[in-house]
Amino acid sequence: MFYREAGDFKTSYIADSQTFPIKFDRYRYYVVLAVAFGIVPFLINDYWANALLLPFLIYAIAAIGLNILVGYCGQVSLGTGGFMAVGAYACYKLMTAFPDVSMFIHVILAGGITALVGVLFGLPSLRIKGFYLAVATLAAQFFLVWLFNRVPWFYNYSASGQINAPERDVFGIIITGPNAPAWATYLFCLVFLTVCAIIARNLTRGTIGRTWMAIRDMDIAAEIIGVNPLKAKLTAFAVSSFFVGISGALFFAVYLGAVEVGEVFGIQKSFLVLFMIIIGGLGSIFGSFAGAAFLVLLPVLLKLIGVDLLGWPTDIVAHLNLVIVGAMIIMFLILEPHGLAQLWRVAKEKLRLWPFPH
Amino acid sequence: MLDQSEGYVTEDGRKIGGVVMEMKNITLRFGGVVAIKDISFDIREGEIRAIIGPNGAGKSSMLNVISGFYVPQEGEVWFHGAKRPQMRPFEVAQQGIARTFQNIALFEGMSVLDNVMTGRLSFMKTNILQQAWWKGKAEAEETENREAVEKIIDFLEIQHIRKTPVSRLPYGLKKRVELARALAAEPKLLLLDEPMAGMNVEEKEDMSRFILDVNDEFGTTIALIEHDMGVVMDLSDRVVVMDYGRKIGDGTPDEVRNNQEVIDAYLGVSHD
Repeated sequence: MFYREAGDFKTSYIADSQTFPIKFDRYRYYVVLAVAFGIVPFLINDYWANALLLPFLIYAIAAIGLNILVGYCGQVSLGTGGFMAVGAYACYKLMTAFPDVSMFIHVILAGGITALVGVLFGLPSLRIKGFYLAVATLAAQFFLVWLFNRVPWFYNYSASGQINAPERDVFGIIITGPNAPAWATYLFCLVFLTVCAIIARNLTRGTIGRTWMAIRDMDIAAEIIGVNPLKAKLTAFAVSSFFVGISGALFFAVYLGAVEVGEVFGIQKSFLVLFMIIIGGLGSIFGSFAGAAFLVLLPVLLKLIGVDLLGWPTDIVAHLNLVIVGAMIIMFLILEPHGLAQLWRVAKEKLRLWPFPH
Repeated sequence: MLDQSEGYVTEDGRKIGGVVMEMKNITLRFGGVVAIKDISFDIREGEIRAIIGPNGAGKSSMLNVISGFYVPQEGEVWFHGAKRPQMRPFEVAQQGIARTFQNIALFEGMSVLDNVMTGRLSFMKTNILQQAWWKGKAEAEETENREAVEKIIDFLEIQHIRKTPVSRLPYGLKKRVELARALAAEPKLLLLDEPMAGMNVEEKEDMSRFILDVNDEFGTTIALIEHDMGVVMDLSDRVVVMDYGRKIGDGTPDEVRNNQEVIDAYLGVSHD
C-alpha cells in the first residue's frame, strides 16, 4: 500500500511537527493546491462558481473562524451571522469611502474591524461559560443585525436599505460587481481561504493554540498551569472574528453583490456555520473544509438527483435537504462528536496498517 | 527541633538551603468553616516537604493557598524573601510554582506532547503575528522548547506515548504525564497533591523514584501531600502535620512519628 509511514523517518523536531508528517499526505496536499490554483480557473464557468465554488470557499473561511472559537477554545458562539455582517458592512463602507484602494486591503481591514467587534462581544466570556455565553453571543447577533438595519449611515442612506457592491478591481481585473469574470472571483476567494487556513493551522499547532485548547479542556487547571484566561479567550475571539469578518466581506462583495442584512446575515447563517463545524468536526481545520463542502454540496446534489433526474417538485427536495441536515447533526452529535474529520482520521489510521492490522 | 536558621544537612547528606517559601499565620475561611487556622511553616531550598493529616485537615486547601487559587483571609505568603502580593493563579505559575492535582487535571483533548508543552508557557515569548507566520522565530522557539520537553519525556520514561491523546491513557500514566507537565515549567517549587493516590505498590515505587530523582537531578524543591505514611516517612525531609485546620506537628519524620499529638490525631484518643 502506498499510504504508509514506514521508512518515512524524521530527523529533526521541525520535520516531526510539520502539518503533514506523512509523505503521501504532503504530496496530496501539493496536488490539491496545484489543481485549485492551476487547473480549476481554466475550467470554471459562472454556474459552477456561483452554485458551488464561491460558497464553498467563503463558508470554509467562516467555518475555520468559528472552529477556532468553538472547536479549539470551547467558547460557544451563535453570533457568526452578526460578525459576518460586520465584515460585509465594514467592507462596503471602505469600498465606497476609498474607491482607489485595492480590494485585498479592504477585505483584510474589514476582517480587522470585525476582530475588534468580536473582542468587544467576547468580553462576557470572561465571566460566563457554555450555554449562557451562547445566549450572550445570540444577543450580539440580533443587536448587530438591528444596528445595520436601523442606522442609515451604514448603508450610505440608500433608499432600499440594501448595500450594493460597486465595481472594484485587483491589479486591473474586476472582481466585484456583475461584470466580474468567474475565474477572477474564484481565485480571489481561494487566495484568502488558503492564507486563512495556513494561518489557522500555524496558530493552532503553536503556543497560542495550546492555550486555547487548555482553556477548552479544563479552564481552572489551565489557569493554575499559567494560562492567562483573559488573553487566551480574547485572542480566540479576535482571530475567529477576523476570519469570519473576511468571509462576510467576501460573501457580500464577491459572491452576492447586494445584501439585505436581515435576510442574508440572520440567525440562520449563524446556525448554518455552526452545523458545518459540528458535521465537519470540532477542533479540526480539515473538518471546517469538510463541513463547508458537505453543506454546500448537499442541496446542489439533491437538486441534481431529485429535481433534474427524478422529476420531484422543488419544494419537496428543499425540505428533504433540511430533514437530512437535521438528521445528520443529531447523528453526528450522538455517534461521532468529532465529525467527518474524525471519520477521516480513523480511516487513515486503518489504511496505514492495512493489510496487516495487528 | 533542628536549627533551621541557615539550612541543614539531611540524614543522607544532602545540603538544604535557605527558605524558599514561608507561610506566616495563614487563616482561610469558607463562610463559617475555618479550613486553615493560623498556620505557619516554611519550605527550604532543595528539600522534600510533606504535608500530612487525616481527611479534611486542610492539606489541599493549603496547597491551593500556595498556588494562589485560594486567597487566605489572614496571613502572608513569602516567596523568595518577598511578601507575595495578591495575584491570579497564572501569575503565581509564572513566578515558578508548578503543581499537580489530586484528581488528574490534564487537557484530555490534547496529546501528551502538547500537554507537556503547555507547561512551558512561561518560556514562550513570540507574539501572535510571529506565530501566524510560523517560519523563523515561532518555529525556532517551538523547537527549542520541544528539546527541553523531550528531556523530561525521556526522564519520566513516557517516550512511547508522546503522540497519544491523553484521554486514551491509563490512570498511572496520566499521573506521570501530569508530573511531566509540571516539570516542564522548570519550577522553583513543585507542589504534588497526592501523587500516589490510587496506585499499586509498583506504581508507587516508580513514582517515588521519580520524585527523588527530580529532587536529586534538578535540585527542585518539592512540597507534597500524601496519605501513604510509608512513602511520606521515606521520601520527605521534613513533615508538617495538620488536623482540623491546625498545625499539630512539624519536623523530621522521626520527630513527627513520636509526637504524641500526631499519634492521637491518627489513632484517636480515648476520652475518659
